[in-house]
Amino acid sequence: MRVGRGLSRSSSRPLARSSVPWLYLAPALVVLGGLLLYPVYQLGLISFFQYTQAQVSGGQPTTFEGLANYREIFSDSQFWQVLLATVLFAAACVVSTLSVGCALAVLLTRVRALPRLALMLAALGAWATPAVTGSTVWLLLFDPDFGPVNRVLGLGDHSWTYGRLSAFLLVLLEVVWCSFPFVMVTVYAGIRAVPAEVLEAASLDGASQLRVWRSVLAPMLRPILVVVTIQSVIWDFKVFTQIYVMTNGGGIAGQNLTLNVYAYQQAFASSQYSLGSAIGIVMLLILLAVTLVYLRLLRRQGEEL
Amino acid sequence: MSGNVVQRVQRVQGVRGVRRFVRRPWRLAAEVSALVIAAVVAFPLYWMVLSAFKPAGEIESSEPRPWTLEPSLDSFRRVFGQQEFGRYFLNSLVVACSVVVVSALIAFLAATAVTRFRFRFRTTLLIMFLVAQMVPVEALTIPLFFQMRDFGLLNTLGSLILPHIAFSLPFAIWMLRGFVKAVPEALEEAAYIDGASRSRFLWQILFPLVFPGLVATSVFSFISAWNDFLFAKSFIISDTSQSTLPMALLVFYKPDDPDWGGVMAASTVMTIPVLVFFVLVQRRLVSGLGGAVKD
Repeated sequence: MRVGRGLSRSSSRPLARSSVPWLYLAPALVVLGGLLLYPVYQLGLISFFQYTQAQVSGGQPTTFEGLANYREIFSDSQFWQVLLATVLFAAACVVSTLSVGCALAVLLTRVRALPRLALMLAALGAWATPAVTGSTVWLLLFDPDFGPVNRVLGLGDHSWTYGRLSAFLLVLLEVVWCSFPFVMVTVYAGIRAVPAEVLEAASLDGASQLRVWRSVLAPMLRPILVVVTIQSVIWDFKVFTQIYVMTNGGGIAGQNLTLNVYAYQQAFASSQYSLGSAIGIVMLLILLAVTLVYLRLLRRQGEEL
Repeated sequence: MSGNVVQRVQRVQGVRGVRRFVRRPWRLAAEVSALVIAAVVAFPLYWMVLSAFKPAGEIESSEPRPWTLEPSLDSFRRVFGQQEFGRYFLNSLVVACSVVVVSALIAFLAATAVTRFRFRFRTTLLIMFLVAQMVPVEALTIPLFFQMRDFGLLNTLGSLILPHIAFSLPFAIWMLRGFVKAVPEALEEAAYIDGASRSRFLWQILFPLVFPGLVATSVFSFISAWNDFLFAKSFIISDTSQSTLPMALLVFYKPDDPDWGGVMAASTVMTIPVLVFFVLVQRRLVSGLGGAVKD
C-alpha cells in the first residue's frame, strides 16, 4: 500500500512527493553531517599529518606525513598486543552477555509474577547504573582491603587489578552486569510477542519442548537475536569508561589497554594526536568490516531493512 | 465419535496434569534461582547505598559487614559540601534533558521518513545510520575539541549537548523504525481521506502513537548523556561551574587513596535520577523493545 501510494502520487506531483522524506530527514542529516561525519573526516585528516602539542598551540606548522603514522602504529608491538586483547575481551563480553541475557529471558518466562518482577527490577537497576558509578562500586566490592568479595571467597588481600587476566575479568564482570539487562529485556519481550496460539498449536501437534524451541521460537526470535548481537558487538568493542576507571587508564604498564583507551591515551596523555587518530581510524575500519559482514548475512537471509 | 473426542480431551488433560505435576518442582527451582539471581544482580547497588550511609570507620574496615547499625549522613554532607555539587547536578540534568528532547524529535522525523516513504538512497541511509553507531566516540574527542573551539562552545554546556545529540541519533532512529512501522498504513489513508494535512497526521496522530517508543529510545539518549565524563573532562577545561556530575564523582575517586564513602554517596546521588527515570518508563520500555524488534 505504501509503495502503491508513493507511485500514484509521484506520477502526479513528482517533486513535492520526493522532497517530503528529505524534509523530514533534514534535521537529522544536518546534525549527523556536522557533528559526526565532519569530525570523522577530520579524524582521518589528522591521522595523515604530524600533529602534536606544538601544532595544536600553533608553534609549528602542520606537515603532511602520508601513511607514516599508520606505519608507526603497525610496527609498534604494543599496538598488536592491544588489538588482540581488544578482540578477545570484546568477544568474551559479547558471548557472556548474550548467554546470560538469553538464559535469564527464558527463566523469566518460566516463573510467576513475583520472582519475575524481582529479577526485572534488579536488572533494570543494573542497567540504569551509570558506567562511572558501576565501575567504582565493583572496584569497592573487589577491593583487596575493604571489599566483601575477598572476605567471602577467603582471598585475603588478593588484588584483582594487579594481574592482567584478573583485571580484565573484573571489568568483564562489570560490563556483563550492566549490559545483560538490555539483552534479557529485549529477548523476553520478543518471546512474549510470539502469539500463544502458535505455541499451543505446536504442543497440540505433539511437538516436544525442544522442538518448539528449535522450530518455532528460534526462527521467530532470530531478528531480535541479530539485533542484540550486533548491538553487543558495537558496545563491547568500544568499552571505555569501565576500562578507564577500573584499571586506572589502562592498567599497570598498559596491560589492560583496549584500542579505544589506547587511542585516547596516545592523543591526550602523550599529545600524539595524529597517532591517536590513526588508531581511531583503524578501529572504525574494523567495526565497519563487522557491520558489512552482518549486513551481507541479513541480505542473504532475504531480510529487508 | 463424540466419545472418542471426550476421551482424547481427557487424555490431553491427563497428560497436562501429569506434566504440571512433574513441572512443579522445576518451576519452584526456577523461581528460587530467579530470586537468588535477582539478589546477586541487585547486590552491587545495595552495597553502594549501604556504603554511602556507613560511618567512616566502618567502610574502611577489614571486616566489611552487609549492614550498618549507625547510619550516618557524613558522606553525603561531604559530597554536597563540595564546591557547587548542586550546580553540577543541575548541569547534568540540563544536558541530559536537552539531549533527550531534541534527539527524540529529530529521530522521530527521520524514522518516519525512512519507514513511511520509499525513495532513492533509503537503504543506503539506513546502512549509514547503522554504520554511524560504530564510530568510536572517544577517538572523535580529538576533532570535536577543535570544532567546539571554533564554534566558541568550549566551557559551555552546549559543547556537551551538541555531540551527544549527534551520537544518540543513529541508535534512536534505528530503534524508532519498528514503532513507526507498527502504526497501520490504513490509519494514514483514513486520515488523509478525512482531509488531514500531512503535518496534522504527523503530529496529532502518528506522534502520540509512537510516543511509547520515543520514551523507550530516550532512555538510551538519557543514559549516554548522563554518564558522559569524557566530553566533560575534555571540553570543560577552565570553567568548573559548567562541570557535570561524573566529574564531581571522580574528584573523590583517587586511585591510590579513594574516599570510598564520598564516592559511594556521590554514586548514589548520581544513580537515583536514572533509576527514577527507568522505573517510570519500565512498562513502556519492555513493550517498546519488543515492538522495536518485532517488525
